[in-house]
Amino acid sequence: MDDKLILLGHGSGGGLSHDLIDGLFVRHFANPLLLPLEDASAFDLPPGKTAFTTDSYVVKPIFFPGGDIGRLAVCGTVNDLSMRGARPLYLSAGFIIEEGFPIADLERIVISMSEAAREAGVSIVCGDTKVVERRAADGIFINTAGVGLIPAGVSVSVQNARPGDAVIVSGTIGDHGVTVLSQRQGLHFVSPVKSDAAPLNGLAQTMLGAAPAAVHAMRDPTRGGIATTLKEIASNSSVGIEIEEERIPVSDAVGAACEMLGLDYLYLANEGKIVAAVAEEQAARVLDAMRAQRYGRDAAVIGRVTADRPGTVTIRNPFGAKRIVEMLAGDQFPRIC
Amino acid sequence: MYPMCLAVPALITRIDGAMADAELAGNMTRVNILFTPGVKVGDYVIMHAGYAISVMDSAEAEETFRLLEEMAGFDADG
Amino acid sequence: MQTGKTFRDPAVVEKLKNRIWAASKKPIKVMEFCGTHTHAIHRFGIRQILPPTVELFSGPGCPVCVTDNTDIDRAIAISKLPGVIVATFGDLLKVPGSSESLLTAKAEGAAVVMVYSPLDVLSLAAGNPGCRVVFLGIGFETTAPAVAASIDEAREKGLSNYSVLSMHKVTPPAMRAILDAREIALDAILCPGHVSTVTGADAWRFVPEEYRIPAVVAGFEPVDIMLAVAQIVRQCEAGAPRVANAYPRSVSNEGNRPAREMMDQVFEPAPALWRGLGAIPASGLAIRPEYAAHDALRLFDVEVPENRTPDGCSCGEIIRGVMRPNECPLFKTICTPSHPIGPCMVSSEGSCSAYYLYG
Repeated sequence: MDDKLILLGHGSGGGLSHDLIDGLFVRHFANPLLLPLEDASAFDLPPGKTAFTTDSYVVKPIFFPGGDIGRLAVCGTVNDLSMRGARPLYLSAGFIIEEGFPIADLERIVISMSEAAREAGVSIVCGDTKVVERRAADGIFINTAGVGLIPAGVSVSVQNARPGDAVIVSGTIGDHGVTVLSQRQGLHFVSPVKSDAAPLNGLAQTMLGAAPAAVHAMRDPTRGGIATTLKEIASNSSVGIEIEEERIPVSDAVGAACEMLGLDYLYLANEGKIVAAVAEEQAARVLDAMRAQRYGRDAAVIGRVTADRPGTVTIRNPFGAKRIVEMLAGDQFPRIC
Repeated sequence: MYPMCLAVPALITRIDGAMADAELAGNMTRVNILFTPGVKVGDYVIMHAGYAISVMDSAEAEETFRLLEEMAGFDADG
Repeated sequence: MQTGKTFRDPAVVEKLKNRIWAASKKPIKVMEFCGTHTHAIHRFGIRQILPPTVELFSGPGCPVCVTDNTDIDRAIAISKLPGVIVATFGDLLKVPGSSESLLTAKAEGAAVVMVYSPLDVLSLAAGNPGCRVVFLGIGFETTAPAVAASIDEAREKGLSNYSVLSMHKVTPPAMRAILDAREIALDAILCPGHVSTVTGADAWRFVPEEYRIPAVVAGFEPVDIMLAVAQIVRQCEAGAPRVANAYPRSVSNEGNRPAREMMDQVFEPAPALWRGLGAIPASGLAIRPEYAAHDALRLFDVEVPENRTPDGCSCGEIIRGVMRPNECPLFKTICTPSHPIGPCMVSSEGSCSAYYLYG
């Protein structure tokens, strides 16, 4: 690749496009389904329920401690599939790139995507690249869609939480939110916190393996934080959720960063965490299994699902006071993922 | 941008002229020490809008801890 | 010094709570004058753990909330002038003026920038010599010294394109106005923690001396607030009002002299218009004539639209503590953080915002 910058020609389908696709995307995403570069990839899916999801990534800045837009793009879609109990299989990757974007940065992103895909055990089997004029996009936007397979008998849904369930979170919260915010231009703030971006299919499968019918609901708390996710589960399952502030895992650095920046970690984005509602009798077993897994070491029970006040999430602070957790109206932090 | 208002005191780790590095649990920020001229590395400061407005008085903090631990009755002064 | 952890110790809060419950016999009404106290009291659920005999009220302690519409309209009008960049603390962006907010003006093309410190604005002015940079000066005695320092530095460095629209106010006159109005029969004042860091605890001596009620300076951690309430209860039961400092690790009797000196050097007392309280003499800070070259009020002559408050907005009553946010007909129905009608819902230190987020 001789050029240093992405040009409009790279998105036009001609020679430059082909060079880019061969030299960068195919080279790093290499897999038998992608290689023929057909208009569409064709594959068999075993019988059963298919899961399908899509997400677009516009995070700013594109590179940050612990990850980048590419890693987010793969992990985010892998995770959405995993939250339904699906085994993720194939991803698509669509790029919209601003004219003038450094090719070295694009390669860095693509390598990161291929590493994340390898870790998750998925293949990127189709894609698209468009280039737009300067200022028509901000650097790079990525869309990924993914298909996966839900094994027979597995039914994980945001509608399935039941009174009595334990509410479990897989690790420390707020890491991604603090990382991205601390990297914003002009903020005199340097933080040791790193993004938690990670593929969670291994962890999700571990949880389901430990107690197949006991994991009722799973959700990855991205934008809007665990507050939003808990609220979604409570509303969709028509249950109440009560959590205890003291039991929520938060690292010291994130806690201090929140104090310094006036943030509430309940609402901060996460990119490598699971919130789950698990049948009470099996909660300890699921928790042990999670803690033995790479991305579940700090897993903790943070509360309970109840029949009281369906749709409401309450949090009890260490002093015994209770308050209702609402969803934040509007976008507190743009372009967090 | 500077963090707005720190109710929690931050540790001064380095001073260069009118500015200083302030740290809390590994997070670092910059603070102007114009209003706390006697501040030293190792002091804790209260910050507001990019300026240190007081140096935490550790003697007073200790005294407050002691008071709380003793939980002196309401007849005592303090 | 892990003061954060110690001053949040649930065991200590529990002990203080028990003391307060045991000692509190007569019902008392306590008002705080600090947006950060409003926020902390809600966040830590302090009202829930106090006995029903102790009733807490939020007074005019949120700088954005007490800013009158006229001032906001003026700021918006300035932002629309060609060649002007307006810099502001984030909270002010979404506050609706008589017809729009700085945010909508920005969406329509006005140059409006959010900052966390006046130090940023000085850099902005230095980096944009062709533009006139106007900083919206909002805040009480905690913030005013920092803004004063920026004006002084601009004069020293000859940064002629930097100016400040001072909407700064000082706390004691508002406290007097509330006490004089007697809309609520207050039994004690919870004095602001960081304002007191600058003014000194002595600044509140007029409260017991002239109004015969206790004034206790409090910090912002749960233990700080409970300790201050415990002292208030003790004083009320004993009937011996005085100033007490429950935040001695940051507040002294004399306060921060360098900060006050900088404030006095650049600002002078002036009448100010307070939302909910009206005009209060000597309650605002105007830029002294020596610094006229950096006074946006003198530099920019703009037409300010007719002052208009939306129907049903109760910010004025809420600021005076005579109405609680959930008693306002617009609360949570029409007025929400994403669609605020008044500043009390916009500012992170506003009563309505605290009620909405923390209940």
